[in-house]
Amino acid sequence: MKTTETTAPVPAGSGAPPTRSRGPAGEPARGKKKEGTTLNVFSHGVLVIWAIMVVLPLLWAVMTSFKDDASIFGSPWSLPDTLRFSNWSRAWTQANMSDYFLNTVLVVGGSLIGTLVLGSMAAYVLARFDFPGNRFIYFLFIGGMSFPIMLALVPLFYVVNNMGLLNTVHGLILVYIAYSLPFTVFFLTAFFRTLPSSVAEAAFVDGASHARTFFQIMLPMAKPGLISVGIFNFLGQWNQYMLPTVLNTDPDKRVLTQGLVQLAVSQGYKGDWSGLFAGLVMAMLPVLAAYIVFQRQVVQGLTAGALK
Amino acid sequence: MQHGKYRFIAGFLAVPLGLYALFVVWPFIQSIYYSFTDWTGLSPDFKMVGFDNYSRMLDDDIFWKSLQHSLLFALLLPLVTLGFALFLAFMINVGGRRRKGGPVITGVRGSSFYKIVYFFPQVLSIAIVALLFAFAYNPDSGAVNSVLRGIGLDSVQPLWLGDPNLALWAVMAVLVWSTVGFFVVLFSAGMASIPADLYEAALLDGADRATTFFRITLPLLWDTVQSGWVYMGILALGAESFAVVQIMTTGPGGPDYSTTVMVLYVYQKAFRDGQAAYATTIGVALLIVTLAFAALVMRVGRRERLEF
Repeated sequence: MKTTETTAPVPAGSGAPPTRSRGPAGEPARGKKKEGTTLNVFSHGVLVIWAIMVVLPLLWAVMTSFKDDASIFGSPWSLPDTLRFSNWSRAWTQANMSDYFLNTVLVVGGSLIGTLVLGSMAAYVLARFDFPGNRFIYFLFIGGMSFPIMLALVPLFYVVNNMGLLNTVHGLILVYIAYSLPFTVFFLTAFFRTLPSSVAEAAFVDGASHARTFFQIMLPMAKPGLISVGIFNFLGQWNQYMLPTVLNTDPDKRVLTQGLVQLAVSQGYKGDWSGLFAGLVMAMLPVLAAYIVFQRQVVQGLTAGALK
Repeated sequence: MQHGKYRFIAGFLAVPLGLYALFVVWPFIQSIYYSFTDWTGLSPDFKMVGFDNYSRMLDDDIFWKSLQHSLLFALLLPLVTLGFALFLAFMINVGGRRRKGGPVITGVRGSSFYKIVYFFPQVLSIAIVALLFAFAYNPDSGAVNSVLRGIGLDSVQPLWLGDPNLALWAVMAVLVWSTVGFFVVLFSAGMASIPADLYEAALLDGADRATTFFRITLPLLWDTVQSGWVYMGILALGAESFAVVQIMTTGPGGPDYSTTVMVLYVYQKAFRDGQAAYATTIGVALLIVTLAFAALVMRVGRRERLEF
């Protein structure tokens, strides 16, 4: 139970299941094994139904984003009569989706880099050096994974406020980094332990400093681990809702998730629903597209922690 | 490797540890302290009140409701989600038609396609998923009721999120929808690493698929199931349930507090009602529930570790 890459998934294609089965392809047995066939039909049935249930709401959202408000209310499942791209441009400009995107990119960009740099530094030291307090610091970091964050958020709001960091991009970045550290340190500590120590020792004998050994030897060697944990943190931070809801109350600084929710709340019952759906789909598509392109790495990154 | 070692360690740990201590550890400690005060959060003045907040909490009906809902989330959601995910993963990996000359146990055709599709909700923000389903549940123009009308169930048009008896279940269904795929992929990876000889031996002994599942797959997968259980429970008590309940249900917290959960109640008390001290008290209760849940799962789930 240590690897997640036992099957190399086939790219998704346009929606039809790949026709090649995995494993050595033998000839299909024709109706001989009764049990096998019934089970096969049954399992396919269940799997297809769930696949439809996953995809349908997403397709519904895409479809709805092209309709006008009247047909959204009148006939939720009818196809749009024309593709109203105006919904999308309205959402992008008037509903401030462009600002929300920009804010999210800034916050996630800053905090992702910060998380990876600081997390790998701490993890490297904790994994490779013996010193008094090593275990204590390690478990201090790990403990953060199982504590309910909301408990800390009440005083945190005032800590951040007193430092003048409330409703600022850099304040949010620092908080994101701090709350991403537990998993990052946990994951990368395990990863640094698996790397051979001989290379680092050789570099050190050759006169490289500790810091230089880390940045020039160990960090490049840890690249697969950094990619996995980077994807994990990217998705976690991009999709983050609770932290910005509490710490980022300035309407101009809103991130994507927050902005959409505010938009929905303020629309009420006579608002611009089609624009809202366009915004929703706009927020969904980049992540889904990135997932389909990098799906092997994404799956590895997201499941890596749970398998360790 | 002694030269300058401690200076290096201190230099590398200072920033990450400092950030973590300031934004995570310190607020946690503070909030436990505040739970014994009458701090409102609005003014800097407060005094110690001993266990007043705690006795108030025990008399608070809404607290008990939120506790009840949170417990239901923590116990039922992992059970349903993990159970269903195990079933789907087993179908994907073992449900395939037996082929002549091929391996005894095969995955279904298109197994990687299913895994890709099932994983979609995992990469989306829970806030966006919640928004999408809030629209889908709309009694008049939502996708769900419109499907019911479409298949002739005109008389069955529930209010979903507006019905105190249904709202909680509707919210939970969304959490199941969004997390099942992750566990399918996680369990699939685990199942693929179970050696095929074990299945072959069992089949030779005349075991059917159900026996194979309960006697071979599940025991060998137990560690993954257990850590998945803790992970899902923590999500269901924390950030995920906050997002879905806050975004989807009216109030927020549902008609007649029918969907309120502890994490939402903490948020409302602190940032809506200006009762920060009381909020931290509920937060402490949430902390206790979370830790007790993790300990319980670890304890109940403890089995001899199987090596294979």
